[in-house]
Amino acid sequence: MTASVSAPALASAPASADVATLRVVDKQVRADGVVTLDLASPSGGRLRDWTPGAHVDLVLPGGLTRQYSLCGDRFDPATYRVGVLLEPGSRGGSAYVHRELAVGDLVGVGGPRNNFPLVPSERYLFVAGGIGITPLLPMVRQAEALGADWRLLYGGRERRSMAFLDELAAFGDRVLVRPQDETGLLDLAGFLGRPRPGVRVYSCGPAPLLAAMERACADWPPYTLRTERFVAVDGGAPARTAPFEVELARTGTTVVVDPGSTVLDALGRVGVEVLSSCRRGVCGTCETTVLAGRPDHRDALLDDDERAANDCMYVCVSRSRDERLVLDL
Amino acid sequence: MTATVPTTIPTSDVDPFAHEVLEDPLPMHAALREAGPVVHLSRHDVYAMARYAEVHAALTDWQGFQSAAGVGLSNFRYEEPWRPPSLLLEADPPRHDAPRRVLQKVLGPRALRRLHEHWRADAEALVDEVLAAGTEFDAVPVLTEVFPLRVFPDAVGIPDDGRENLLPYGDHAFNAFGPANDLVAKGAPRVAELSGWVAAQCRREVLAPGGFGAEIWAASDRGEITPEQAPLVVRSLLTAGVDTTVHALSAILHAFATHPAQWDRLRAEPSLARVAFDEAVRWESPVQTFFRTATTDVRVGDVVVPEGRKILMFLGAANRDPRRWADPDAFDLSRDPSGHVGFGMGIHQCVGQHVARLEAEALLTALARRVRAIAPAGTPVRHHNNTLRAWESLPVRLTPA
Ligand code: HEM
Ligand code: FES
Repeated sequence: MTASVSAPALASAPASADVATLRVVDKQVRADGVVTLDLASPSGGRLRDWTPGAHVDLVLPGGLTRQYSLCGDRFDPATYRVGVLLEPGSRGGSAYVHRELAVGDLVGVGGPRNNFPLVPSERYLFVAGGIGITPLLPMVRQAEALGADWRLLYGGRERRSMAFLDELAAFGDRVLVRPQDETGLLDLAGFLGRPRPGVRVYSCGPAPLLAAMERACADWPPYTLRTERFVAVDGGAPARTAPFEVELARTGTTVVVDPGSTVLDALGRVGVEVLSSCRRGVCGTCETTVLAGRPDHRDALLDDDERAANDCMYVCVSRSRDERLVLDL
Repeated sequence: MTATVPTTIPTSDVDPFAHEVLEDPLPMHAALREAGPVVHLSRHDVYAMARYAEVHAALTDWQGFQSAAGVGLSNFRYEEPWRPPSLLLEADPPRHDAPRRVLQKVLGPRALRRLHEHWRADAEALVDEVLAAGTEFDAVPVLTEVFPLRVFPDAVGIPDDGRENLLPYGDHAFNAFGPANDLVAKGAPRVAELSGWVAAQCRREVLAPGGFGAEIWAASDRGEITPEQAPLVVRSLLTAGVDTTVHALSAILHAFATHPAQWDRLRAEPSLARVAFDEAVRWESPVQTFFRTATTDVRVGDVVVPEGRKILMFLGAANRDPRRWADPDAFDLSRDPSGHVGFGMGIHQCVGQHVARLEAEALLTALARRVRAIAPAGTPVRHHNNTLRAWESLPVRLTPA
């Protein structure tokens, strides 16, 4: 029997501490004011799987949490790519990413979660405004791979500020690039055409674009238009990078969780066994009721409303925003 | 640059689907684990993995080990599937994404909260009925088949008529993942009739409002899946959700009947019910095997599995691999069974696992409250299936509390 030694080797998954803390392995300028970060596990293992439209919550040093869409290749199990626009006047997230964050730094990562999934269809229309291109990039690649009929209308202030033009050029005339200083405002009505069933319209970009999309799609069948807009979800307190306490309401025991360990591990050390399975925040097995305190959710399961309820957490990956969490254990 | 090197791969001529093996697969599991990280099975010309590390890694590596060419022996690249492939089990990303997302929401732990109270009450009512009728009986027809069939089809929302078709349909579907042996032939005469009945239960008109089935159709109204996909997603529940749970409940009852000290432990600490169930799923592995197909040449240890070839993953063997589990053959509630692969792992990990756990927790809690001891009352009889490890009959004697 013969075999090629260059064949990829079967590698096992890292433990949970790794999936919630990743290392910046590359940082590239993609356009004026846009950088991409490539993130990988410090141990080089598989990251949590994701689907086009998904975002991660990056927990930056100092505890600020910001959401960024994944724009890399979902078939690459080891790397996440996010695109970050330097927001004018930013003193927090994007300024930090642009000016301070460097290759080799560690960042906390929650998710990936997807509020903007690509639903099955044979025809898609995509409309991106500026940095809103990031979630749409994996979508157009996927639409192409599935042989769907699709078009992308991509607007920006000026050509220099528009990221990923080189990658998009490969799709030829499926992609319409419309810098405002060259072609003026986007012609949404012209791009969308007459309302017809079976088409899915995806749009991401600044609030005025999304409002214009809502109007432009008003006469289309319900559920045609899907949009994503990021709202700042800081939940009041920043995520803690310091140790925190977990009180177990049924036994009265308290354990300290330090930054290097998970709540699940800390519970195990005091003999409290919580059933788990994936240990990556994706399967839901370790769901635990929260009685007091605000968790720092790092799972890929809860949506924003469910997170805000603060009534449960996945102890294999999630942590705490407060000094003390009280769990129903 | 690609160099070629000769490698040797351990070979075995065992037939994992032969009746002697299905009766007791443990010796074969041990032999395959010892033989190496990957073994060639000459009888079926497939590769096999029986160690925990490799099975876990193959389950999570969907890029290298695909499901869309079938998760049974049959390779859909060359052979026609016996029924339209599952949109979940037999699909790869990106097509797997949307159906999985819908079902994960419908069957997620938060969505099931509304069922807790009902299922607990149903379990208590059933245990009361059973105890009133007698304390010595065959647990399979009296408890482990009855309970899932009472709660699960209602939760899906299918009508009452014809529910007796669910177990034979599932039994055949799980046999069909194996070779075309006598077990498959046994089911063949009823395939058309049972498939027709199952398809009829997946139609929107017959599904009761509020059930899992109606929620799947509602997701298609919102465009999350297509109307063509909805009935096949409902079919996944009816195929994968009944036999599996029945056999898992039989496994745990058999485990307690043969490990009375563990039953005492559960009675003393009823909150162990969840751990106990997962320990039984690890110990018995009601779903024993699934296949994958290599999408590229994949190196496992110092062997390469060539692109396009089938790999048989022994979940049951991985769940008793001494490299991963201390004293793996012991059924022990003080063990942490977390991380077992009895529900699979990765993107195809059992989307119904929270349903199965909830059913088990309800039934175990009701039994623990009313039954002081469970003892064998005769020789149990195995039910053979190409994929499932099951009991045909489990005679037990219960001592009421
Ligand atoms: C103890 C009982 C059960 C066991 C041992 C079990 C086992 C499994 C396993 C091992 C897989 C992974 C298949 C693979 O990786 O190819 C799986 C997948 C699946 N199970 Fe279960 N299962 C159980 C109960 C259920 C129930 C109650 C339901 C329905 C409510 C269900 C629905 C499914 C579905 C739809 C899939 C396919 C998921 C996908 O491919 O994304 N199962 N199950
Ligand atoms: S163990 Fe899977 S979510 Fe925590």
